[in-house]
Amino acid sequence: MSNAHGYNHFTLGHFSFSRDEYFAHINWTTLDERPMSHTMDVGNFLRALMRDVAWGFFYGWVNFDEVIGTVNHYGTVELYAGSFNGSMKDAGVDRMESFSTDDIRQLFEKMLADWTNEEFDPFAAPQETGSPYGPKCGSNIPAITRARELASRCVGLQGDLALRTDEGGSPINRAFADVPQDAPEVHPEPGFEDQVHAFNLFAFLSRSQVTWNPSFTSVVKNSFMCPTTEEHILPIIHGNDRVEWFFQMCDEIHWNSDHKETGQPLARVIMKAGDMAAMPAYCRHRGYSPKRSMLLVWENGDPDLVNDIKEGKAPQVPVSF
Amino acid sequence: MAPYQTRFGSIDNFEKGRVEPINDDVRNYAFSNCFEIAKNSKPYEKVVFGQNMEYVLETIRAEGNSDWYTCAHDEFALCMDGEVEIHLVELKNVPLSHSEGKEGAVLIEGEPEGQRMGWVKLGRGHQGMLPAGSAYQFRSNRPSVIILQTCKGELSIERWEEICQTV
Repeated sequence: MSNAHGYNHFTLGHFSFSRDEYFAHINWTTLDERPMSHTMDVGNFLRALMRDVAWGFFYGWVNFDEVIGTVNHYGTVELYAGSFNGSMKDAGVDRMESFSTDDIRQLFEKMLADWTNEEFDPFAAPQETGSPYGPKCGSNIPAITRARELASRCVGLQGDLALRTDEGGSPINRAFADVPQDAPEVHPEPGFEDQVHAFNLFAFLSRSQVTWNPSFTSVVKNSFMCPTTEEHILPIIHGNDRVEWFFQMCDEIHWNSDHKETGQPLARVIMKAGDMAAMPAYCRHRGYSPKRSMLLVWENGDPDLVNDIKEGKAPQVPVSF
Repeated sequence: MAPYQTRFGSIDNFEKGRVEPINDDVRNYAFSNCFEIAKNSKPYEKVVFGQNMEYVLETIRAEGNSDWYTCAHDEFALCMDGEVEIHLVELKNVPLSHSEGKEGAVLIEGEPEGQRMGWVKLGRGHQGMLPAGSAYQFRSNRPSVIILQTCKGELSIERWEEICQTV
């Protein structure tokens, strides 16, 4: 049943979620039954919720902000409030509860669909979408159900992820109007047309319609090149359960690195074109991109790595030297 | 209002960022820059600047003709600066390294024997595929920069102390 603003209320375990014209309200009870609450700007909440849903709860921690978020255990997901906030944890007002991935995914999908109005696209940069605010006004199902673009070997190969084009609904983004669209020269001998292959990755990225949402563009075994275009603020604070590598391909992003358990600041990382940096597995990080930029997120998707993480065998730092 | 200007780097013109430590060891961020690495490398040294278990990203300064290489698995070359040709040959005989499942690229002695597959020419932002089992050679008329997505192999060079921010 919808509230006075037209939005539905959602409940999962000891957590409940409601929204009004400007805010998402999250309520929970502590282990000793005290009522607690948290408020987020609803636009920020929906942008974070969108990533959590689209990425299947991603690797490790998806912090919506400094209070609430999820931890992926690959089959189950923990929903928490205050559990990774030093002050709230010390005060005993935190709560964490485990759910099957299907249960929490279905609830999050319903909430995202109900709370996203027709003119708001949670994947778009703030300058490229309408307002998330106001009373219930339609929905934007096409925007929130975009399929992730995942190449199985390489973009542009026959039968694999297609190149982006105007005709395919991917015009060049306003911030990348100066990115050359030339194609590489490709000269296959007869019979080798499927093996001799190249494409313009920067042109492909210049046509991305979304922000902070990696695609797979080339794959070597379980090594995934996951480039993405970034503008404004990463809508989540990502606490990876493994080392994560970033390669800045153009422009710049400024990262905050904080301790994953407490949120205590650890470092700032200023990345400019050509810079490579790793985020250690003990940190959580959030990026700020002043202009739309191209970032290569490089992931190790080895399924056996999950067992190493559970057993504490996965390295915390990228390399020792 | 001025149009947006997308800022790429090059081997002759790049601005490196930095780690600003607050309460952490900067080494744990393995912070480096591909143009700086290429500037300080010899042609076709395969300098690891990203490592995730057995997987690596390597920076290669392409200049002149490289040796011929082959690899048991796919690799991908992204050109970050300059122009690079990649010439491909279907090997007549499968190298022992492939049947042994060795990871990463290995050198081929002399010219490869087999049918020519063709070639590609990459400019900035172009990415080319180095198909598993083929032989390949890079050719570049001027210093250029390649990022190679591959596995760590016998030709991979690690010089983290030299390439990374340490303080």
